[in-house]
Amino acid sequence: MRETSAMAEAVVLRRERARRARLLWRRLTKDRLSLAAGGAIVAIMLAALAAPWLAPYDPDATSASDALQRVSLRHWMGTDVYGRDLLSRVIHAARVDLLVALTATAVALTWGAFLGAVAGYRGGWMDQLVMRLVDTIMAFPAFILTMGITATLGNSTLNVVVAIAITHVPIYARLLRGEMLKAREMEYAEAARTVGNRPARIVFFHLLPNCVPPLIVQATLAMGFAILTVAALSFIGLGIQPPQSEWGYMTAEGAGYIVSGEWWLFLFPGVAIMVTVLAFNLIGDALRDVLDPRMRGVR
Amino acid sequence: MGLGRYLVHRLLLVIPTLFGVTLITFALTYLLPGNPALVKAGPLATPEYLAEMERKMGLDQPVHVQYWRYLRGLLRGDLGESATTGRPVLEDFFQRIPATLELTLASLLIAAAIGIPLGVLSAVYRDTPVDHLSRLAGVAGVAMPTFWTGLLLLFVFFYLLGVAPPPLGRLSPDVSPPGRITGLYVVDALLTGNRRAVVSSLYQLMLPAATLGFAVMAPLTRMVRATMLEILESDFIKAAWAAGIPPSRIIYGDALRNALIPVITLLGVIFGFLMAGNVVVEMVFAWPGIGNYAVTSLMSKDSGPIQSFVLFVAVVYVLVNLVVDVVYGLVDPRIRLR
Repeated sequence: MRETSAMAEAVVLRRERARRARLLWRRLTKDRLSLAAGGAIVAIMLAALAAPWLAPYDPDATSASDALQRVSLRHWMGTDVYGRDLLSRVIHAARVDLLVALTATAVALTWGAFLGAVAGYRGGWMDQLVMRLVDTIMAFPAFILTMGITATLGNSTLNVVVAIAITHVPIYARLLRGEMLKAREMEYAEAARTVGNRPARIVFFHLLPNCVPPLIVQATLAMGFAILTVAALSFIGLGIQPPQSEWGYMTAEGAGYIVSGEWWLFLFPGVAIMVTVLAFNLIGDALRDVLDPRMRGVR
Repeated sequence: MGLGRYLVHRLLLVIPTLFGVTLITFALTYLLPGNPALVKAGPLATPEYLAEMERKMGLDQPVHVQYWRYLRGLLRGDLGESATTGRPVLEDFFQRIPATLELTLASLLIAAAIGIPLGVLSAVYRDTPVDHLSRLAGVAGVAMPTFWTGLLLLFVFFYLLGVAPPPLGRLSPDVSPPGRITGLYVVDALLTGNRRAVVSSLYQLMLPAATLGFAVMAPLTRMVRATMLEILESDFIKAAWAAGIPPSRIIYGDALRNALIPVITLLGVIFGFLMAGNVVVEMVFAWPGIGNYAVTSLMSKDSGPIQSFVLFVAVVYVLVNLVVDVVYGLVDPRIRLR
């Protein structure tokens, strides 16, 4: 009896997954806003990947005669004080911003999910330890802690990744702990235990797959935050170092030219940040509505 | 759990949290990269001098002894010295806190004054153009980098329209600061009846406060809208409609009052947003607050004040969250039952 109900549960879960996938596809294709956001993300990622071929000029090629040119057909986003083509720089900068945000999110997700899963399934002192760690990280405003860590570790792309990953671990750890607390009481978990699976196998092969949808939602929303953080860090002069072009750093460079009217220098890198973050947030919201209906309208 | 026990429990929770916070800032200050003695002694120091320096700074002691020294220093208010200003960091902080406080309060005021009514309108006129517009503002507010919003406002209102002052701090250079009572220039100027200073300080405050206010408004509007929608659907509001109570009294009286309670919980999050925003906004507008101080220290590679800034903000953040929880426990009896 036990066994059949556990099997039935597994079947229901699998059907539920298929239903969600269909819903998601329908939502993303019917809803024009989500479709545009998804399209924007794909386009930005492709542009970042194909930057050397897509960018009209070498992003670092200087030319005194082309300095501070306005927006024109030759230079769609104008040029900076060294005559570098801004469009080419914005496209190349996408590589840095996306790579840092993606890596940080992936690292935080892996560690957070692992810690949260172990804490939630095991309970006891392990749970206490993980949750105290998470609470401590969350006792800091995220950006301020990221700033402190990067300032301490020193300016490098890797250190920005580490700093953002550390402050994002609590998101996933708390989420997965909660999911695990529920999942471990389910019949299929009981069934997996009864037939003698090792705890690690139960957690990572039986329970974890069912916690993936809310993880995806959180990771998508966190991508937006990560990009904003990278940009803000390099805006204040932390992390990514010149001559690498990065959107926040480019905005900071352009800020000095506002008083003399060279508006394109600060405007376009900022637009790139906003569009990218907006796209991730909109897709995150759409994913949440479909994958994690309980959270609808909460954030 | 009774109210008294809830409050005691919540107060006691601050101790382990602050302990964890100091552990992390200690790690940032002492353990991570390089050797602080080497930094202080300079690259040309002889090994003997370096060892002497390490002994002087207590770096040859075991880690827990160093941590204890660090904690004792903090309790005495010792946050180290700034290499840039050559003064104790705590003194520098106290000098700059009023500027940050003034900016923070002004932006909160703006965010609440626009964000709360917008959230209410959005909920009452759900799925109408008003709602769409307010949600669009919310989505944009979260996606726009705060420093960029500031630059955009500066470009439009200072460069194009010429109605805003240049980003040069709290007062225009030809106005002298009002006598210090609270440290908030607008308030002090009002109290001393200094009209020139009132006008100038408000004028300078306008753009940075709008920038920060816009960044904070989005989550506020979203929360008010969500809770208003929920409450407008609830039985007691329906009963009020049925009883023929005027709509404005229902919406702005009963419904809004109840919708604002969950907003209290958001204040902690908002404070976190504000502190992050302060750093970049103060930089853009040359606002002489603690965020700007941290950025200036960054530029001169002086990491001591930054770590103290991180610690300081975290302690205030912990206290803000404590106050939020206590207030929430007082106004909403349900929370104590958990």
